[in-house]
Formats: sequence, structure tokens, C-alpha cells
Amino acid sequence: MIRFRKLARAASLLTTPLAPEDILSLFNPVYSARQLRGVVTRVVPETADSATIFFRPGRGWQAHLAGQWARIGVELDGVRHWRSYSLSAPAGQDPAITVTDLGAVSAALVRNTKPGDVLFLAPPQGDFVLPEHPRPLLMLTAGSGITPVMSMIRTLVPHRADSDVVLIHTARTPADAIFREELAELADQFPHFRVIHWFTGERGRLDFSSAAGLEQLCPDWRQRAAYACGPESFLDDAEALWEAETATAEPSSEATLTIERFSTKLAGGEGHDGGLVTFEASDREVEADGDTPLLDVGEDAGVLMPSGCRMGICHSCLIPLRAGQVRDLRTDEVHGEPGQLIQTCVSAAAGPVNLDL
Amino acid sequence: MTIVSDKTDVSEEAPTGDTARPKASAAAKPRPGALAESGSPLVRPDAAAHLSDEQVAELGRELDAIKDEVLAKRGASDAAYIRRVIRVQRGLEITGRATLLVSKHKAAWVAGTAMLSFAKILENMELGHNILHGQWDWMRDPDIHSTTWDWDFVTPTRSWQHTHNDLHHRWTNVVGKDNDIGYNLLRMDPQQEWKPFNLGNPLYNALLAPVFEWGIALYDLELPDYQEGKKSKEAMTRDLKALGLKALKQFTKDYAATPAVAMLTGSGKQALYGTLAANAIRNVWAHAIIFCGHFPDGTDTFTEEMVEGETRGDWYVRQMIGSANISGSKFMHLMSGNLSHQIEHHLFPDLPSNRYAEVAPKVREICKRYGLPYTTGPLLKQVGSTWAKVFKLALPPKKA
Repeated sequence: MIRFRKLARAASLLTTPLAPEDILSLFNPVYSARQLRGVVTRVVPETADSATIFFRPGRGWQAHLAGQWARIGVELDGVRHWRSYSLSAPAGQDPAITVTDLGAVSAALVRNTKPGDVLFLAPPQGDFVLPEHPRPLLMLTAGSGITPVMSMIRTLVPHRADSDVVLIHTARTPADAIFREELAELADQFPHFRVIHWFTGERGRLDFSSAAGLEQLCPDWRQRAAYACGPESFLDDAEALWEAETATAEPSSEATLTIERFSTKLAGGEGHDGGLVTFEASDREVEADGDTPLLDVGEDAGVLMPSGCRMGICHSCLIPLRAGQVRDLRTDEVHGEPGQLIQTCVSAAAGPVNLDL
Repeated sequence: MTIVSDKTDVSEEAPTGDTARPKASAAAKPRPGALAESGSPLVRPDAAAHLSDEQVAELGRELDAIKDEVLAKRGASDAAYIRRVIRVQRGLEITGRATLLVSKHKAAWVAGTAMLSFAKILENMELGHNILHGQWDWMRDPDIHSTTWDWDFVTPTRSWQHTHNDLHHRWTNVVGKDNDIGYNLLRMDPQQEWKPFNLGNPLYNALLAPVFEWGIALYDLELPDYQEGKKSKEAMTRDLKALGLKALKQFTKDYAATPAVAMLTGSGKQALYGTLAANAIRNVWAHAIIFCGHFPDGTDTFTEEMVEGETRGDWYVRQMIGSANISGSKFMHLMSGNLSHQIEHHLFPDLPSNRYAEVAPKVREICKRYGLPYTTGPLLKQVGSTWAKVFKLALPPKKA
């Protein structure tokens, strides 16, 4: 490794201002001086709306823990979009994401990805992971919420005879249930793994309003460490049930709940009503209307704003967006993703905005 | 508990037609450089004096519509284009440099020097200049972005972006505000006061061409601003450090590392001549193309009164009558980094360069309809025209 670095430094004398990786990327797309990439090796359809995408990451990727997720960058019509997806492959194996078609980016991933395509990556992260010490587990998942849990099950069940896992997975119909066959096979093969599929199309929503419903499916749920992943309302219900349980808990109860949320809603974002602008590094907060360029907002607040032409042509005023969305004052387009560089001279707040400055 | 997954995507499509413009801050504090909402400049340039405020505003709306049309189409094919140019350029660069390593064979020297010259020209013109303008920022690819790109040119990108993107493009051809009129070295406009020093105009220009990159690097330091106290000592130190580091790397690559490796085949000296020649060829070419942008006959310069109270429409007018195109083949456009479409580039500095060709006929039609000059001509004619100006302005103005 050290020798490689020395060699790279020597080679960069000849390639500057490029890095040797920029030249190597002519031959292998995973090479980049600046960003982690992976090459798609295999695409496996799971259901009508979902697929598992296996990829070979370039240098800089670190092995994932079961249950973690990674940010994946995909190009749609030439423009990079980043989304987070749970890794469904077991720990210790080549990474894979299982994606369900829910929007333009996931649709492109599910429908159009081919082996050889390049994905842009950020290293895996997240603390929705297996407990350090072996414990009986209860997994509650809904829809595509099965993905991180699948990684946990694949990691644990076939390799640990002392494990004890109950999975309750809800899906609309059997055809919509991702990994259904593999889960059934695992349950057949390993007596310490039990799987319960709950099809809402047949039986209605799984009722978490009282412990009774859950009790029927998994009588000893209070003795298990629970993990839940699924849509917002599903998790809210689960959270409420466990909160009620811990409030009235008997000392013997070991009920704990770990939750993985699939979406956090950023408030606002619509129309011309502006919002609270936070300059993170400068530690300033300003209420801004929806028509004033963020550049002016920052300058009025005394923030050292980079600036240039003030008419949207020179790109001297770019600042990374941390959160929220902005409106392009020229086109009225509302846009913004975390990390995206914003032209502050022609962008106004569309809802609350956090800027990395 | 931190997963953010599929948010609904915001459409990238821009509506066409009349769109909102950046408004002045609610506090109505005048900000340096902000365009006026309406009205007209104190003085409208001669070439546009026949236009009413309403006509200028309408012209502005028409040009906005042209831009919106391109923005709506911009996509995967444009991304593929810039990546293709990058691949070709890097291929030429490494093949050319590798060939120079055995350049004691004459054919290898010629081929290596030619390839490296092409690579350097492509890198500066179609890649560096345009990427550093932010023309490809919309892709959100950190490898092809105005904030991360570095070019095979001595001047550090930040310094150049300031004098070029900000000052030159904002204040195009305004005498006293756009120092690109002569780069503080040449007298390129009759409004510039004549001094005996200017007698050397043709000599300075001839000496500048083969070392153009060093001239630009020096120019980007903004020494006159520093002498007048408009640039702080800290800023100067910072810029000098950045330039020193960049210059060292550039110098090492072409004049030390490449010849040193070539010495293994006994081609050290030839490789040095090769890189020297490639840099000189690139410099002469870049100098010629860039001088054709604003100096040929037919381009106007402006006074500060002409930009006082300028609206967006007037700004567009100034860009068109202050710039000149070069006519020629597709290959010529590529090698000029599409600066042969200087007029379109000045109207829309951050539109991807591969789109200027399709915009040009529309801009030309607008100029015709509004009775504005649209200056263009073949390369040799335009180069001749700039040299004529260099000679003419070496002499003091004739007494009336």
C-alpha cells in the first residue's frame, strides 16, 4: 500500500494537475481521485417492482455491517442524484442493494441498471445493526423495509446456531413480498428462525394499537430485542406500542426497539414563502422571504459570502446545501439535495434551508 | 434512525417564456454589480442607440427564452459529450507524452509534439475554460465541476475565475472595469490614454503570444490593484503562494520529469524541446483565439456611463456588440473551445459549449431584427484585424 502511494506520487509529477487515477480511469471506471465508484456486476429482479443490484466497489469502500445503508449516486439524464439504500447482502460479502421502484431515481435503478454500469458511492453507515451480544430477536418489517433486516438475517441465521430470530414481514400480496422464497427456505432449514408473512391485501393492516395483535404472532415479544423498518406510520405505531410497554414494564421485560426510518420529511419546500436560513459554520440564523437571493440574505446577516457576478453566470458564489430546498429565481424551479452546490445569487429559500458556510 | 430514502424528484425542466428575475433585496440596498430592474443606462451605446427601453427589454426576454429552451433539452447527450472530449484529451495527452519519451527518433518527436499540442489546446479551451465557467456544474459530478477542476495552465483556477468569470464577463469591454482590454500591457482601445510605452505594442504582443500562459498568470495577480491598495497584502501573499506552487508543478512536469524519464532512452533533450514546443504552440493558439474575441474590427467598447443603470436587456446588448465570432469548421470550433462562438458564450457563459452552435443562428437573427451588429469572420481575417489594432494603437491619437 505504501509502495503504491509512493508510486502514485511519483506518477503524479507527470500527470499534474490530474491525478494518476484520472488517467487510470480511462481503463477502469472504478478509478477516481475524487469519488468512490462501483461497477455493477449483477442485477437480480426480486418482485415486479424491485431488484437487487450487486456491485464491485473501488478502493476506499469499507466492508458493511449487516443492516447498514450507503448513499448511492445515479445519473438521470446526465444529472447526478444521490439516494440512500440499505445493503441487503450479508456482512462479509460483496455489497448489494435491493431497490424498490418508488420514484424517478429508484425506478431508473430497478428498470435500467445493467452489469458494467457505474454507480457512485459513499461508504456504508448507520447504527441499525445487530446487537453486540447474542439475544433473541424480533424483526418487524413492512414493504421494502425488509432490506436491511434481510442482511441481518442472512448474516446471522445460517452461521449462528445459537441465534433465535422471529421475522414478521408485512406486504400487500405474496407477489409483492421481497425475498419470500429465500426466507421460507431459511425457515425450513433452520429451526431457530421463524418467519411470519402478513399480507395486508388479505388481512388488513397489522394492528399495533394494543399488544394483543402482536402477542398472537409472537407471544414472547417482550423478551426480544426488536428491530423495525418500514413506512412512517408503521414505525410510529410500533414506537407507540413499545413506549406504552416500557412505561408499564415489569422488571422482567427486556423489550427494546431499534428503528430504521426510510424517509425524513423536510418541512416546507413549496412555493414562494421562504423560510429560516441557517448558516451552519457561521452559526447564524435568518428568516428569509422567498424572493430574496440567499446571497443577499447572508450578506445582510454579516456572513462572509463568496460572490461574483450576482446574476447567475459566474458560479463564484457556490455554497453546499446541507438540508432543505431552494427556488431558482430565474426559472422558479424548486430543487436541492444535501451536498448540492447552490448558486446563492439566484437562489431563494423554499422552506427552511441549511447552508454549509 | 437516519435513513433518507427516495424523495420525490424535482423536475429539472425550466419553464419557457417570461420567468422571474432575481429581485433586489427587500432592503433595497444598492449592491455592487446588481442589474437594474427596468429603465436604461445613462448612455446607450451608439450601436444600440436606436432601441427603446421596451425594445431592449423584449430582446432580453427573447434571449432568455433561447436559454430556457437549451436548459430544457440539456441532458444525457451533453454529459456524454463532455466525457467523450475528456477521454479523447487524456488519451492524446498520455500517448503524446509517452511518444516524446522516445523522441530521439524524428518521427516520434513530430508525432509526440503534435499530439501533446492538441491535447493541451483541447484541455485549455474546450475543457478547462468551459468547465471552470461552471458550464458542466449542472451534472453535479465532482470530477467535472467548476470548484474542483484544475487545468494544464499556469494560472491557478481561483485567480483566473475571479478576473475572468467575474470581472471580464460581468463588465465586458467596459474601459476602466474590464482589464482584459489589453491585460494591463497593451493599448487595445482608443479610450485608453496613450503613453510612450505603448509604442512597443506590437513587440509586446509578439513576445506575449508564445508565453501567453505566464502572461495570464501574472495578469491574474492583479498587481495594479495591489499597488493602488485595492488588493490586500494577505490576498496577494495567498495568490503568490498558489501561483508559485502551481507553476512549480507545471514546470516540473513538462521541463523536468518528462525529459528525465526520456533520458532513459537517450531522448532527454528532444523531449524537453517537445514539451517546450507543445506549450508554445498552445500559447500562440490560445492567444490568437482569445484576441479574436473582443478586439477585431466591429466590436465595441463601452464607458462606465453605459453600464450605470444597465438592465438585463442592455447587458445582453453589450455582450453581443462587444464580442466577435470566428467562422469555420466543426473542428475549428472544437479547437477554439467554442470561443469561436464568443457572442453566444458571452450571452450565456454557463451554457454547455457544445450547445453554442445551435444557439448561434437564433442570436444572429435577433441581431438582424433589432438592427445590431453581429461580428464574425474567418480566423485569419480576425487575427489580422486584431494585429492591425495592435499596430494602430501603438501610435498616439491623431490631433483633431
